[in-house]
Amino acid sequence: MSVLVDKNTRLIVQGITGKVGLFHAEQSLAYGTQVVGGVTPGKGGETVLNGRVPVFHTVRDAVEKTGANASVIFVPPPFAADAIMEAADAGVPLIVCITEGIPVADMVKAKRFLQDKPGSRLLGPNCPGIITPKQCRIGIMPGYIHTPGRVGVVSRSGTLTYEAVHQLTTLGLGQSTAIGIGGDPVNGTNFVDCLKLFQDDPETEGIIMIGEIGGSAEEDGAAFIREHVTKPVVGFIAGVTAPPGKRMGHAGAIISGGKGTADAKLAALREAGVTIADTPSDLGSTMARVLGAKTSA
Amino acid sequence: MKIHEYQGKELLRGLGVPVPLGGVAFTPGEVKLVAADLIQRTGNPVVVVKSQIHAGGRGKGRFVEQPDVGGVKVVKSAEDAAQIAEKMLGNTLVTIQTGPEGKKVQRVLVEQGMNIARELYLAITLDRATGRNTVMASTEGGMDIEEVAAHTPEKILKESIDPAVGLQAFQARKLAYALGLVDPVAPRFVKFLLALAAAYDRLDCALLEVNPLVVTGDDQVLALDAKVSFDDNATFRHKELEELRDPNEEDPSELEAKSWDLSYVKLDGNIGCMVNGAGLAMATMDIIQYVGAKPANFLDVGGGATAERVTAAFKIITRDPNVRGILVNIFGGIMKCDTIATGVIAAVKEVGLKVPLVVRLEGTNVELGKKMLDESGLAITTASSLRDAATKIVELVKP
Repeated sequence: MSVLVDKNTRLIVQGITGKVGLFHAEQSLAYGTQVVGGVTPGKGGETVLNGRVPVFHTVRDAVEKTGANASVIFVPPPFAADAIMEAADAGVPLIVCITEGIPVADMVKAKRFLQDKPGSRLLGPNCPGIITPKQCRIGIMPGYIHTPGRVGVVSRSGTLTYEAVHQLTTLGLGQSTAIGIGGDPVNGTNFVDCLKLFQDDPETEGIIMIGEIGGSAEEDGAAFIREHVTKPVVGFIAGVTAPPGKRMGHAGAIISGGKGTADAKLAALREAGVTIADTPSDLGSTMARVLGAKTSA
Repeated sequence: MKIHEYQGKELLRGLGVPVPLGGVAFTPGEVKLVAADLIQRTGNPVVVVKSQIHAGGRGKGRFVEQPDVGGVKVVKSAEDAAQIAEKMLGNTLVTIQTGPEGKKVQRVLVEQGMNIARELYLAITLDRATGRNTVMASTEGGMDIEEVAAHTPEKILKESIDPAVGLQAFQARKLAYALGLVDPVAPRFVKFLLALAAAYDRLDCALLEVNPLVVTGDDQVLALDAKVSFDDNATFRHKELEELRDPNEEDPSELEAKSWDLSYVKLDGNIGCMVNGAGLAMATMDIIQYVGAKPANFLDVGGGATAERVTAAFKIITRDPNVRGILVNIFGGIMKCDTIATGVIAAVKEVGLKVPLVVRLEGTNVELGKKMLDESGLAITTASSLRDAATKIVELVKP
């Protein structure tokens, strides 16, 4: 089992004729993902990847013709929020937005629009995507570092997710599903949503949660863990040494008004019973330890 | 992106938000002219001279060269205005927000003096928890609002803005009456706030803070101070705001990094870092501290770490005189490690290497990448994990 995506997921790629969109469409196809179509306004009727993937003018056309149930967005920032809303309007259940640098005002509107589309879930923006090993890859992550297994991974950071995944693979624990929720201040799916999914997934035995400074999504996640999560959770928060008032790359990674510090997040997670990995190099081994302890108990 | 108070006020004035009369000046001579003009237009000899730097706490700040002078001064003639400006311009102002090194004042805002009856706080910013912009208002104007939030959160009133319809007049009225305002001030406050919310949208702001918002003795509502910052992701649709950028307020290395699409923040440690991905870059800084040293910077080279960008990053890192060693941490992922190794070797050959360098690569062709670094003949130490890399660089820079 897995969460959100599996071998039955039928994916379309919005922005498939762009360089990045096409590259990752090909990577996903090679990984075994059912890439059933692409969308680029003005290029409907064409095909890409040696005729394997048809292109449509609109998401609605693509969904009607292909039966797609997921979409990934590689559309440039000025048009990305529009692409998210187009996918939601077409009733796509899972919308994964990879685009980095979308204006906050656009995302505020898109999030409002999504409130009236309860059948659609947004992942991202500014995220690496989601992968269920050996079944479905949506996004930009390197597929080969993943292996099917017991641990669910949820993270605000792309390359830190790869660190965790790589360690889990090396240690033979593997992943049920790995989810990047993205580094923007306004996003779709949050930690709480993913924790709930992993808690309810019978094949996920442990959860790795990787947060960073800024906002209060980690604190909300901690509160949820305390009440509802019975599986072991290993946590890490990036940005202990980040100075206040400076944006650390991600638009959402900034300590402002004394809020969003790593220390506050770590304290909340510890209080909720989460085992904290001292460094990102210890994420896998810490999970192995808590899972081992659980198995032998 | 941040701008100066006077620039923010000019923008707001243009969008129908009432602000005091005033103008910017770069020399004491200009200050005198602006002040004289204001006095003539208002019939009031009182003017305020305000240092313009991108940091708050100016009123309570002090000049390094003139310890008895604060960053904001009220004077009673054009001559006094020029005299006080003489002590501000070219000198270094230290406030709670500048750090001990302070910031050089190169321009001042000269403004009409106001007869202040009440000071309020008003701001608009994103509430990340709801994903909506939110108005915050308080009777505690002029105070440090973070203090108010920490000790008396009930004194901060909030109204969430529905992006489908924008801020509504009834919401502004609710705030006006909750702040204890009565007619004719309440409707003026409503008008002010609606204009402020429209300006926030129009300019793609990240923060619009008016502290204090003042009610004058003759019942006018004005922004006595204004902090305006913009959403960096939206600058592509506001080319007109680009000219408001003051390069003197920005770190030259951070500016150069930006031109290479690198995300760089200077810090005060001595281990330079080059990493791909913001989260991993922060985690690399953290692990350096964990093993007993301090990072000199945050630097995210992003997804496409080409040889040119790696070279630019090396140049920026090594320009910092505090740097005693460099840690490169790249999780290749889609990018192949041998490609990254080629970039690192080319960069080191071009820039030269005067301090120890530890490189940790992970991803496709990692063994080939490491072999290339080891056989390059350059003094590059390779590492197998992030923890290993941090331990090695800290060991190498030990005196």
